[in-house]
Formats: sequence, structure tokens, C-alpha cells
Amino acid sequence: MNILYDERVDGALPTVDQADLLQALRDALPDLDILHREEDLKPYECDGLSAYRTVPLLVVLPERLEQVQALLRLCHQRGVPVVARGAGTGLSGGALPLAKGILLVMARFNRILEVNPQGRYARVQPGVRNLAISQAAAPHGMYYAPDPSSQIACSIGGNVAENAGGVHCLKYGLTVHNLLKVEILTVEGERLTLGSDALDSPGFDLLALFTGSEGMLGIVTEVTVKLLPKPQVARVLLASFDSVEDAGRAVAEIIAAGIIPGGLEMMDNLAIRAAEDFIHAGYPVDAAAILLCELDGVEADVHDDCERVAAVLAHAGAREVRLACDEAERVRFWAGRKNAFPAVGRISPDYYCMDGTIPRRELPRVLKGISDLSTEYGLRVANVFHAGDGNMHPLILFDANLPGELERAEAIGGKILELCVAVGGSITGEHGVGREKINQMCAQFNSDEITLFHAVKAAFDPRGLLNPGKNIPTLHRCAEFGAMHVRHGHLPFPELERF
Amino acid sequence: MSMDRDNSQALLEQVSQALNQGAPLRIQGSNSKAMLGNLITGEVLDTRSHRGIVSYDPTELVLTARAGTPLREIEAALHEAGQMLPCEPPHLGPDATLGGMVAAGLSGPRRPWAGSVRDYVLGTRVITGHGKLLRFGGEVMKNVAGYDVSRLMVGSFGCLGLLTEVSLKVLPRPRQCLSLSLPMGRHEALAELAEWGQQPLPISAACHDGEALYLRLEGGEGSVQSARQRLGGETLDSRFWSDLREQRLAFFNGPAPLWRLSLPNATGELDLPGQQLIDWGGAQRWLTSSAPAQAIRDLVANVGGHATCYAPGADSSPPLPAALMRYHRTLKQQLDPQGVFNPGRLYPDL
Repeated sequence: MNILYDERVDGALPTVDQADLLQALRDALPDLDILHREEDLKPYECDGLSAYRTVPLLVVLPERLEQVQALLRLCHQRGVPVVARGAGTGLSGGALPLAKGILLVMARFNRILEVNPQGRYARVQPGVRNLAISQAAAPHGMYYAPDPSSQIACSIGGNVAENAGGVHCLKYGLTVHNLLKVEILTVEGERLTLGSDALDSPGFDLLALFTGSEGMLGIVTEVTVKLLPKPQVARVLLASFDSVEDAGRAVAEIIAAGIIPGGLEMMDNLAIRAAEDFIHAGYPVDAAAILLCELDGVEADVHDDCERVAAVLAHAGAREVRLACDEAERVRFWAGRKNAFPAVGRISPDYYCMDGTIPRRELPRVLKGISDLSTEYGLRVANVFHAGDGNMHPLILFDANLPGELERAEAIGGKILELCVAVGGSITGEHGVGREKINQMCAQFNSDEITLFHAVKAAFDPRGLLNPGKNIPTLHRCAEFGAMHVRHGHLPFPELERF
Repeated sequence: MSMDRDNSQALLEQVSQALNQGAPLRIQGSNSKAMLGNLITGEVLDTRSHRGIVSYDPTELVLTARAGTPLREIEAALHEAGQMLPCEPPHLGPDATLGGMVAAGLSGPRRPWAGSVRDYVLGTRVITGHGKLLRFGGEVMKNVAGYDVSRLMVGSFGCLGLLTEVSLKVLPRPRQCLSLSLPMGRHEALAELAEWGQQPLPISAACHDGEALYLRLEGGEGSVQSARQRLGGETLDSRFWSDLREQRLAFFNGPAPLWRLSLPNATGELDLPGQQLIDWGGAQRWLTSSAPAQAIRDLVANVGGHATCYAPGADSSPPLPAALMRYHRTLKQQLDPQGVFNPGRLYPDL
């Protein structure tokens, strides 16, 4: 099933004449940068989910809040859909444009407005890059904790819209845990402040509701994030195992020992070999699985915890446990993990990255299930995941040029997500639903739950003009998808060629 | 526990009946937070028949329990496994329930360092204003599918639906815990706290009563010992923190109305008539004062905070800007179109 906007199942969109709208925008906002020619619009046809592309009706690049406000008012008045975009690094098509909608690019709002070490916050515009916040806070010995793998490029506005994660979530939380305040504009161009400079705010927790709402409830115009003091030290242990089940159990035993690592990552043999071949991190290529366990904090505690974790790992059946002897080795251990996706890209013409979460106790069972599916479908699956918080990123290897491989990759991907939902997990841990998983939403939520999501949307955007078609499927789509689901016995899945 | 049972069907029936009759419900557990929000009428819906821990696996760091479960039972189960609710929720009564903890969204002394109740909510089951028992979020740490309805429920005082079950993230108890008392003035204490907040010190609670700064250190043996040596002071009985959390300190006995002031980090001294107690390292202050409500609210709003009165009444919740209030109303209208869930508890027209 194609995931591009389909008015038949996703709802009719108003037809807007491009020339008319362009003229109206120019009249109302003479100093607003507007792209309207095909060749100028083309670069904006997709986000990080590049397999799916739609050329937008128009692209606008505002620089001032008043422009965004006036634009929204005009679009609201004329019934024109608006899709917001930050840096366009999202992996689920959350910023995939609409042929009948305006793409609102917030990238020019790129100023850091305030870094306040005493107040432990930074106030920034939405187009500021995630890493730039930590760089600005670094002279004060502080940082912004969430670190999605795209942190060098992704914008904080997009992080808020997606509730972005990273490799340190178990200890430091997701975006939602690291925000104080967000300024937004509603679809009507009304300014709202969600959250506050204090640690809590009166009324309903709309800050939590808006975080991860994928641009469906309002447009983020300013973000105040929490800053944390940088941990004194970080040390990394690398443990190798002869079975993935042992590695999974080791994760549970570390937690049971009362230790919350800063990062706890697992890779299986295929991922280990691909990464080692690419990065030469010093990984044991004959191990069935490795665990990378990072402990951070005050020196004395980290030292003690390293000893405790090493003992736990040995007890859990690790055949080798290595502590990175210096910063260079620590960085090298991590480089293998951080480059696992491109590394897998070198050993297969195509691959397809999943983002499911599961309760950690199900890890051995789900890994076994994935391994069985891999045999059944005749496709290799490399497993890379945030083991500490049960966020899996299985990578399905296939060759789109071989007849039937893409279909088999889609089928096994669907089965893996079904497995995640079946053991009590989720179809997305950090990449978001966007367009990519719009059909799988129907597997995770029943029609009453989806109806309630639509009610939430209606409270802020009753006409459905903000990012229509993303995040929450229509019941019509679920009915159709459900019928298809029963007919073929698998979840259909899009092709992905990305990392 | 033999008293544990799933009574969600009966709760669903009671809600359905209220919806059929258009008759408002007054949701309550043990009523331990009755001093917050407005006094309301309506047929009582008591959550305490629906109780019990549904699942708890310490290695998973997730506990799921029914809304009517007494908080003390949950804390006892966690304690036995060496774990805790990091947000340290105030009970404010012997029989406080999980549902009340989440609906009120109050957090204890550890909040600035460990996070709030809402930060630890992973999933909920909710009976909605359309008479359905639905599930949002789940029992996993990371889950960004759909809108975060679970966290929206936290602190909503039952005005958006009836919570029947909650899944929480829990954490191991720290290996070491040590409390200190350091005699110093208020001004100096606030300045020190602003400075220490930028450093990786294992502080997990900080209170000042006008005479001395009270600190709690939590972490590994090494970090706690080195911080203790650096900070000096006298050892303090750790029961101080539960007394603070449960409002059992002498400070809370005054006759004047009690206010909770929520403030930005590093806010300086506040010149308000009455007595003040600094909590949350300065980001929360307790005030007993007979000053006019408006004067207190204005002064607190001027420094970027808000004030909540701990006495039931028409103006106990801090006022909202008009535009924000309008969206509160549309949200309430969408999720509880017949207005059966605690109407008026949080704000008169919600």
C-alpha cells in the first residue's frame, strides 16, 4: 500500500490555486521568501524518509514570528493545509509535503536567544540545531541531554515535534523530560506559552501533549530546554557473548544490580561484523552479541560501578569484558555503534531500518523471533539497539533489484512490528509515526483510541489544516488496512533506503 | 492482597450511567488532596474498589497498578525490591492512592533533580467521556505512537477522564543517602544553590527554613562522601524529608493560608508578608500568609512563577491567560463533551 497522501482514505483536501495563493501571500507578506517554481520546490519534496516524495504547492521561509503568524492566519482563512519542517532529518516522513499544502520551513529561526547557567536553561529558536545547544552551554560546563543520532543536523523544533530520543534516554529521558517551555502558534495564528520558566505550570499539561505531536497541534516558535551539568567522567565497557539470549539477560542483571548506565547498547553478530569491517573499533567478530555499557557521573562512583558491571557481565556469561583504557578507545568503541547503519549499508545493496520498542524482558524472545523470521523469509537481519530501554532498530538487508526481495523485506518488517506490539511494545520508540507507520497505528490502537486522538486534534485544529494525514490514521484507512491485513496475513511496509 | 480486584467494569457502568443521565461525577480516592482545587458537587465515584498491583518486574523498571491502589502498598513493593518512585510523591494522608497521585501530579523534594510525576508516567488506562475504557502509552520507556494522552492526564484533577490504571517508570534506590544541615542565611543559601546547580554534585533535596540549609546527598559511596567533605555541616536525620514532603514540619502548622509557589531556578529572595520555607533548591517555596491572594499571585508572576493556594475555593488554582484557557475549554469539550468528570474542580468552567 502506498503511503503517500491518498484523499480517498486520508480525507479530501481543499483544492487551492497556486497562482492565487502566491499572489495573496505576496500581497499580505511582501517581505516573505516564497518558493513556487518547480525547480525551487524540488529540494523540499522529502525529509529523511527519502523513498517518499511529494512536491509541495509552495515553500515559505519566514524569518520573523509575525510572518509565521500572518501566514497561518491567511492559510486558516483560505483553508490551506500547512506542513511544518525543521531541518528535514526526520525518518518517518513527518515533514513529507502535500501537493495541496504549503511547506512552512522554520530553519531560518536559528538564533540561540539565551544561555542561563544559573537558571540551568537555554532559550532558543526552533531552527537551532540540537548539538549547537550543547556547544553553546559547554563553556559553562553544561549540556542538553537528548542526543538523537542526527544531532549535528536536526533542529530543536523538530525534536519537540517528534519527542526525539537518542542513546542516553534510560538515564536522561526523552525530549519531553528536558523541556521547560515551548512557545507555539495555533492554526489560527494565536500565540500560546506551554510550560513555564518554573518546573511546573497551572492547568493541563499541554507541553507534554504537544511534545511528539508531529506538527499536528501547533507550530513551535521558541523552545526553552533544561541544561544539565556535564558528568565528570564517562567510561565504557565492551562485553562479548556467545549468545544473544545471554546478552539480553545481562542487560536485566545490570538493572537488577541497581545500576542505571548512561548508555546501554547491543549489537548482534551481523552488525558487529559490518561495523568492525567499516570502523575497526576492535569488536570481537566471532561474538554472537556485544554490549556497550557506558557509565557516567562522578569519578569515584563511575569507578565502583565499572567494577560492579564487569562482575555482573562475567556472571551473566560474558566471555570477555573490556574497559576502554582511555578516551580514544572509548570513542572508538562508540564509533562502531554509531556507524552501524552505514556499515550495514556497505554489506547490502538496500536495507530497511525499524524502530520498535519492547519490554526488556521480551528481548531474548523477540530476538529469537526475528532470527526465525530471518530464516523463514531468507533475508538477513542485523540487530542494533538501545538495549537499556528496549528500543530496537533491526536492519533488514535486501536487494531491491532482485525480484520479490522488496516484498519479502516489507513482509518481514511488518512481522517484526507485529511481534513488538504482541509482546506489549510500540511501533515506534523515537522516529515517530509520520507517514511511514500510519498503517501500523491501526495495529497498535483500536478505533475508539484513534477516535479519541482525533478529538484531541479537533480541540486545537478542528479543520485539520496542520500536517494532515500524519501521525493519526483515519478510521477509513484503518478499515482498509485492516482488511488488507487479514487478506494477506502481514503488515505491508514501505521501502526505505536510508540510515 | 486479598482485597485486590479488577473493578473496572463497575466503574465503566457508573460512568456510562452518569453519561446517560448527564449527571456529574465527583471522582475520589481517599480524598487526601481535597484541599486542592475547587469544592464540587456530583455523585461520588470512589476508585478504591479498583485496586492492586497488576505487574511489577524490578529488572524492567516498570510497575503497573490500578488507580485505587494505596500508594503505601506500591512504595512497600518497590522498597522490597530496592527501588523507588523517584518523584517522591506527597501522600498528604494515610490512604493516598495511585490515581490521586497522578491526577494531582504533585512531586516531592527530589523533583528538581529526578523529575516529576508526569516524567515517570509511561501509560494509562482511562474511561473516557464517550464511555469507553481505552489504553494509551504502554509499559515501555520509549513510545512516540499517537498523542501523549497519558502524560496529559497527569495533574488534570480528573477533569479529562477517569484514570483506572497507570504504568510508571521506577528506579533503583541510591546506594548511599546522607542528609546535612548547614547553618546559613537565606540569601547565602540561594546563592550557593544556584552555583551548585551547575556542578555535578549528588544533591537530591535542598530546603531552607530561614535558619539553616538542609541538603540530601544521594548516589554512590564515593560521590556522597566527597560531597559531604566538601560541603561540611552536621548530619541530619533523613526523616526530615518525609516530614517536609508530608507537611509535618512545624512550619505547616501556622493559622494563615498555605501557598505553594512554583518558581524558576535561581529565583532570589521573595519579599512577601508571612513565613516562607524554601524547597526544591529554591524552585518551590511554601508560604503561609494572610496577604491578599492577588498580591501574592502578582508578585510571583512577576518573577516567572505561579502560586497555588492549599485551601479549597474558587481561586485556589493559578489563573490562566485567556487564550490558553480557551484551548483548555475546547480540549475539555472534546474529551468530556457532557462535562461529567469533576466539572469545576480545576477551574470553574472546565
